[in-house]
This record gives sequence, structure tokens and C-alpha cells, in this order.
Amino acid sequence: MEKLIFEKSKAGKRAAIFDVKGHRADEFLSADLMRQEVAKLPEVSEPEIVRHFVRLSQKNFCVDTNFYPLGSCTMKYNPKINDFVTRDERLATIHPYQPIETAQVIMQMLYDLEQYLCSVTGMKRFTLQPAAGAHGELAGMMMVKAYFENKGDKKRKKVIVPDGSHGTNPASAAEYGFEVVQIPSNERGIVNLQALKEAVNEETACIMLTNPNTLGVFEEDIQEIASIMHKAGALLYYDGANMNALLGLVRPSDMGFDIVHLNLHKTFSVPHGGGGPGAGPVGVSERLVEYLPVPLLKSIGDQIVFDWNVKHSIGRLKSFYGQAAALIRAWVYIRCLGRSGLKQVSEDAIINANYLKKKLEKYYLPATKGYCMHEFVLDLAKEAKDRNIHAIDLGKRLLDFGFHAPTVHFPLIIREAVMIEPTESESKETLDEFVEAMIAIAEEINNNPEIVRTAPHTMTVKRCDDVLAARKPDLNYFAEKQAKPSESITAS
Amino acid sequence: MNHSFLPLTDEDRKEMLGTIGVREFDQLVGNIPKNLRQFDLKIPESLTELDLIQEIESRLKTSHSRKHVSFLGAGAYDHFIPSIVPFLAFRSEFYTSYTPYQAEASQGVLQTIYEYQSLICELTGMDVSNASHYDGATATAEGVMAAINHTGRNKALFARSVHPDYRDVTKTYLRGRDHEVEEVSCDGEGKVDRGDFAAKLTQEVAVVVVQTPNFFGLLENISDIAQVAHANGSLLMVVANPLSLGVCKAPGEWGADLSAGEGQPLGLPQFFGGPYLGYLTVKKPLMRKIPGRLCGITKDTEGVRSFVLTLQAREQHIRREKASSNICTNQALCALMATIYMTSLGKVGIQEVGVANMAKSNQLRKELSSVKGVEIITKGPIFNEFLVRIKSRDSFVKKMEENGYFAGVPVDRWYPEETEGLLICATEKRTDEEIKQFVSSVKAVLK
Amino acid sequence: MNIPADLKYTKSHEWAKVEGESVRVGLSDYAQHEISDVVYVELPSIGQAVEAGKGAGVVESVKAAFNIYAPVSGSVVEINDAVAEDPSLVNQDPYGKGWLFSIKVTSQAELSSLMDGAQYEVQIKSGAME
Repeated sequence: MEKLIFEKSKAGKRAAIFDVKGHRADEFLSADLMRQEVAKLPEVSEPEIVRHFVRLSQKNFCVDTNFYPLGSCTMKYNPKINDFVTRDERLATIHPYQPIETAQVIMQMLYDLEQYLCSVTGMKRFTLQPAAGAHGELAGMMMVKAYFENKGDKKRKKVIVPDGSHGTNPASAAEYGFEVVQIPSNERGIVNLQALKEAVNEETACIMLTNPNTLGVFEEDIQEIASIMHKAGALLYYDGANMNALLGLVRPSDMGFDIVHLNLHKTFSVPHGGGGPGAGPVGVSERLVEYLPVPLLKSIGDQIVFDWNVKHSIGRLKSFYGQAAALIRAWVYIRCLGRSGLKQVSEDAIINANYLKKKLEKYYLPATKGYCMHEFVLDLAKEAKDRNIHAIDLGKRLLDFGFHAPTVHFPLIIREAVMIEPTESESKETLDEFVEAMIAIAEEINNNPEIVRTAPHTMTVKRCDDVLAARKPDLNYFAEKQAKPSESITAS
Repeated sequence: MNHSFLPLTDEDRKEMLGTIGVREFDQLVGNIPKNLRQFDLKIPESLTELDLIQEIESRLKTSHSRKHVSFLGAGAYDHFIPSIVPFLAFRSEFYTSYTPYQAEASQGVLQTIYEYQSLICELTGMDVSNASHYDGATATAEGVMAAINHTGRNKALFARSVHPDYRDVTKTYLRGRDHEVEEVSCDGEGKVDRGDFAAKLTQEVAVVVVQTPNFFGLLENISDIAQVAHANGSLLMVVANPLSLGVCKAPGEWGADLSAGEGQPLGLPQFFGGPYLGYLTVKKPLMRKIPGRLCGITKDTEGVRSFVLTLQAREQHIRREKASSNICTNQALCALMATIYMTSLGKVGIQEVGVANMAKSNQLRKELSSVKGVEIITKGPIFNEFLVRIKSRDSFVKKMEENGYFAGVPVDRWYPEETEGLLICATEKRTDEEIKQFVSSVKAVLK
Repeated sequence: MNIPADLKYTKSHEWAKVEGESVRVGLSDYAQHEISDVVYVELPSIGQAVEAGKGAGVVESVKAAFNIYAPVSGSVVEINDAVAEDPSLVNQDPYGKGWLFSIKVTSQAELSSLMDGAQYEVQIKSGAME
């Protein structure tokens, strides 16, 4: 157990020091504006701070050390050239309100990026502003609402989502005031066309879909789905989380989608950083261009400038212009791989996934038959029934074998789902090791299930009590100490 | 095709396709309708790393040959970043790790999140923080939504002195559920107009949003606003620059129920506006309404202290359409950088940096006040920026740029009546010599 | 599986106990077992109007959130603060200390459409779930 930084604090220790040249706060502030109680930030020396965080880092899995077969997350290699470029002082010190002529290198790269994303998806224009996929989804919902309001169509209050969708889809729709209508998928995770036809009417604003779907299967009926929606006057939203399967293979625009968001921290190698920052640019077809958030980018002479003139814009989504450093990383990635490289990314992602599926199907039940795209789901219903081993247990036991758990218990349509997405940046050797581990665990489930049920055994901690954490939340070291678990365990 | 990012060799591919039971790749995607595959990907061909670096270098050489001294603020600031911040944050284990849903494999990241939550609560004087938001504006917007949910009321009042982009983003968010944002005007000094405030504070108001230091750099005593808002049953949200809170009165001390703001000053580079760090902190009664991830302390099966994401049933992956917010990916790495920064400064450093900022900006304001042609508008106590008016401001700014200065941020893009308004910022990074030369240059240009 | 005979039950696994003009509401033993560890209960507020079959509150486990449906229509007259303090009461004593709220009933007729213990047991055994 590593002490909290606050537990390492001692009066008199210093790290960063500023020379205030004898000035004091009360020279500039009257008493009523001054802080009353000193902020008890810890007092720790620099060597101790460095040791603290380096030691903490060593208690963590990461892509640079472990394989993450996390379905729906696309945990691919984060190329270091991306960071080399963005750590250049000449880019990192640019203030967002500098005269735009002095920021042209970044502006040009952002302008290029928009073109590349349009190329990949077939959409007409992109906004680079949204800070994450969910943020992009929210922007999409805003544009859908504005679009219908502008047409005078006030009845369009419903958004359709398949029951296998990612939680952010219905959450985004509801956050913006839509009513969510869930429709069932069939056993292949494919949208039930009959159910869709029955659900669609003049109150439907749009459907939110991902293709391939969350079982890793390509929705072959997508063009018919698009036709059903468009005939009813509704729109189609594409959740781009699974775009890693489609680079150079299929474009969302050709499938009939009106709005697309991409996750740059998935498909385009921007690192996950322990939970962010990512970026979720949104592309639209012609009819929605004038609803995009401001500002957009435009070219005037030899300069790239911001365009604030978007006729029916939904407005601003965040301050400034977007997650600039993440956007530049994606630019670097796309330039490095280029046209052929991007196509190969999806091909290798699909080959790797099918290879794993083939090798594992002797030991675990795949949720779908036939070939998959870049990910697939195993169903542990039998293990749960016969041995009381659940998807989460398999995930925890994989940690002991040095692999991060796959996505478990998602999509919700399969209770004991294990979703595996290898990505293209894993070698055949790593995949073979993963298969060995899965086979070993399959044997354990049969002969020694207890070791799986109580896993992990070799991490820095054993299974954490999340019930206690939720019943008696301790979220702040400095909060009033009531009866909290930390009281008895804070002191080492 | 061979590429440095792709480990599969052509032999591998052949062998793996064989294992799968096909001869070529196209058989794996045979179910995709042929008409969807008829397009050409219009992307330039790949570049080697060497070529890429040379390409970028030649762009930077033509465009960025000059370094200007910056007096730009208005929500993004040029502050000193201790070297240990990037050193630690760019460690693979932090940088390339995933959201810590698997607690046992992520104790490092989880502990840093708990430390971040604690530090930002302590700095803002509040009880509970989430694990980060996209930026100050979106944190404000979602905080306002939480306040609306909590009170059951419909409206948010924003002082005109709050950064207008925060108000705009909140409006964008609120339009979906037909909630309203109304503006409260400021007086000539940049202080909240109390009369207008009283007139607009109806029973419909869920939350009153004020900022300190405000957009014009002014520090304002808002105790009366807190009292009046609470008496009306409205919540108070104080938007603050966290870097100022080592010396300036904290939102919790003002009586805030919520606080939001931009964490970029806490060790993040300016990088053309992002990624930044939105912080959102609340008092205990709002703990269950706060959006975003939360990390809490618990024990493992052997009684060892450990950390987990908690209260997840508020979030999108569980509540789906009933979630308090749709946020999933946040600004985790930025929060880590802020955590390292706050730790590096510590109890004393956070006070020192506050004093240093006030010293520089006050000094600059004092010297500019004696320059003919510069009218000081923000006259009261400031943290690190202030508003001035200069006739023919745009040509002044252009001439100063030629002299090697970014003199300030013109504010009429947000306050159209301020055609001469310029927001000038001096942080602890502006040396006395730079300030002296800057003032000389201003004098010369305005002569 | 504990199913007290003197209570009424809903399809969504709430129990209802008639107490004069009010009806006390909680979650059945089956429900608490399915939900597993309850970490938080969001109760309606006193005075809130509720409708039979519509959501009146939420019970959370670590992994999921479940609606609590009002068995009858009326207005909420009492809520169990103890459960807000200690959500585990719902698991430990679902019919006793783990009660949730009381409704002043507007229509006595609705009570007759609730199931009795025997019918509820059949419901569970046949696998009809919410």
C-alpha cells in the first residue's frame, strides 16, 4: 500500500519555490477578499514527490506494458512520434487568442485533419470541437433537435437506440431532452427490422447506431435501415466507436448516416491517459452543415481562419476550439500511416479478431457464428450456470496472466458477455500467448473454479470492496471525518 | 504492407488466414454489400518518421520564426510548469493506461484521482469533486444542470462578468430541456449590478453564477450575493481560477454550493486551447447529483486500503438514459498533471504563486496608468489581469505585435460595445525587465 | 424465499402492507436477492404524488439501478430515513427495518389488483420477471 501524498506531508518541506521579492498578499488584497483558512496542500520535497508518483505508476497496467483486449475501446499502440510533435514548445506555447496569422501551423494541421476525417467517413464537414465521443453525441443530438425545429417539425421527440448500444447513446439523447425508445436486436446483435418499422413514426427524430454493432457483426441491412429512417423523415446517427473495423473499407456516409462522431482516442491512437483526454469530432452530411457548432475552419487566401458564420449553428460546445493537442496527434498518426497504412489497420484488426475467435471457439462459446469484424463476444452463460463463474471473474483472472481484462458484461443484451478487441497493433505472438492464457483459465473453470472466482491474486491488491465504497463514500481526504472506512485503514 | 505500427508480417497474415480457414482477407468481409466498397480513400501516402519530422520542421520554420512576449489571458494563461509535471505525467503507466474500471490493475491511477479530488476540494473549500470535466465552460454547464435537477427550478442567472463563453456553452447545453439562462449586468467597474440582480432573482432561479476573479480580472466581495441567493432558495455557483485560491477567498468560504472553473493554470500548457481541465466541486448535499467519475477509498478482501471508482450507478454505463450526465472519457491525464502541480507547489508555493501574480499585474497596471492613451478600466483588486481602453486599439495591437508583443486580448468579440477594450495579463512569468520594456514600447506606440 | 402471507405484491417485486388509509411499501426478499448489495436508495419526497405502476424512487447496487414502482396511487406521507443512512437494511430486513415509504391511498380499488403471497410465489417460480 502506498501512503497518500497527504500522509507524506511535513511542515517545512518544499518543491516548487517562487521568489516573491518580499511582497505579501495584504499589499494587494483587503481582508474581506483574502483566503481565511490556509489551503492545506501537502508539503513534500521534490525527490519524495517523484518517488511517490513513480511508485504509483508501477501499480498500473498500461498499453505500453500489457495487452488490453478491451472490446469497444480500441486500445492500440500510441505512437511516440505523436507526443514528440506535440511536446514541441513552438506548438505547446501557442495561446488560443494569439493573432491567427501567428498560429498558422496548427490551423493548417487542423484544416488538414478535417479533410482527412471527411475522406475516411465520406461526410461533408467536420467540427473538431467535441472533447470526447459522448460530447460529440451530445452535439449530434443538439443538431438533430435544431434541424427539426428549423423545419417547423415539433413532433420529433424520440430517439431510437438498439438494446446493445453503448450507454452514452441513450444518456446523450436523454440529456438533451429526447425520449429514448429501445428496440431489440436478434441473436446476432443485428437490429430487428420488424421492430424498427413498428417503432418508427412521425415522432422519431433519429436512430443511434454503430456498425459493426456491439457484437462485432456488420449490420448488412444498414442501407435498408437508412431507407426506413429517411422515408419516415428521420435521421441516422453513427457512433464511431467501432470505426477501427472500417478504415478504407466502408464509409458511414455511403451507409446512409447523417451524423458521425469519431473517437480519436480509439481509432486514431490518441492515448487514453487513464481516462482522457480524448477527442470526439463530429461529421455531418450536407443537410446538417449549417447546424454545426461554431467555430468551423475556412481557407482564405493562404491563411486558415475561424468561421463564425454558421447559419443555424447550435452554438458553442466548449471554450476555445477543441482538444488541440489530441487533434494534432491524430494528424501525425494519419500522416504516418497514410492511405495504404490506414487500410491495413482495419484489415489487420479484422484478421487478428477472427484469428482469436477461431482459436478460442473450442473453449468458449462465441455469441455469434461466422466471421466477425474487429471484435467479437464470448458468452459465458454456461460457465455461470454450471460453475458460478461470471464474465467479471474471467476478466480478473486474466490480470494474473498479465493481460488486462476484456470488456465484460457489455453489451447488456448478453448477461455474461466477454467482448474481445485485439486491434491491429498486437503481434501474432501476443495473441498466441493470450490464447494460451484463456485455455489455461478454461481448464481452471472446470477443475479449480475457486481460483478464478477469487481472482486476481497477483495484483497489488485483491478484489476491492465496491459495495463499501458506495455505501460509505470517502471521496476527499480533507472531508469531515465521520465513520468512514478510511479511519481504520488510513494510518499505515 | 509493412509499417512500423503494424506487427503482422505477410507470413503472419497468410498463416492466420489459414487458421481462420480462408485464402484471402476479402472472404472475411464478404457479407458487406459490394456497393459500399466502391470508393477511394483520399489521404496522402504514408510518411516515414524522418520525413514527417522534416515536414513539420519546415512548416514551423516559415511560420514560427519569431517569439513574442505574451500578455494574453482571458481564460488561458502562461504560467510556469515545474519540470516534474511532464516528466511524471508522460510515464507510460499513466499516459497509456485505460480508465480504471479494473481497480486491482489500476491502483496507481485511482490513487492519483483520489488525491486530485482531495486537493481540488481543499483548494476550492468544497466537499466533493469529480474526477475532471472537459474544461471550465462544460464543467460550469453541467454544474448548472445539476443545480437545476437538485432544486427543481428552471433558470440560471449568470453575471455578465462571468466569462461569456461559459454562459454560451451553458445556454447550448440547457436548450435541450428548455431551461433558461439570464444575464445580470455589471456596473462601470465590472462589479455585479446589485439592483439588476435583485430584480432578476425570482423563484424560478435554481442557481446564481458569479466568477472571481471575474472576466475583467476583478476580485469582488460577493458575500451579499451569497446571502440574497440563499434567502431566495437559489444555489450559488462560484466560478474561480484555482491558481488564485492560495491567497484569494475560496468559493466554499464565500458560501458556494457549487464551484467550477478552468484548471489549465495548474500546470497545463496553453496549447492553442486544449486539452484543458474542467473542475467541478460541490458541497455534500449535492454529492449524488454531481456528474462524472468519482474515486473512493475502500478495502480489499484482505483489509488493505485500496481505491475504486464509486457511485457509478449515477453514470451513463449503468443509468443510461437516466444518468446525471453522459460523460464517459474525461480529462484524466490533465487532472494528473494538476495533481502533480498542486503537490509540487504545496501549502506555501500556492500562496507564493498567488502573490507573484498579483505583484506583477499590479506593477504593470501601475506603470500603464501613467501612460497617456491608456485608460485603466479595472481599478479594484486584481489577480493577474485587468481591462484597459485604448483608442485605435486594433492598430495599437498590430504595432505592438511588430515590436514583439502580444499586448492583450481585444474583448469586443464578447462585449461588442467594448471596441477599445483590451484585457492585459501579467503572470509570474513576466519578468520585471519584460514589463519595463513592454511599457516603454506602449509609450512609444501611443506617442 | 420469504414471502409473508399478510402482504400484497406487485409484478415488479414491491410489497404493500395496508395500514388503515395508508399503504407501506418495500422490496420483496426476491428483489433484494436479485439486486444483491444495495448501496443507495433514492426515496420520493414527502408530499410527492405517485401513480400505480409508475416509478417513485430508485434503488442502486454497485452495478445497476432499478426503479421502485408505486403499487398504488396516492401521495407519500412517510419515508424511511434509516434506509437512506444504511441501505443494507433493504438486504438484511426487507419486510421490517428495510421498508421504504408510505402512501396515503387515493383509490382503495387499486389494492385488489395486487397479488397475494401465493400468486406472487407462482409468478416468481414461472420466471415472469421485471
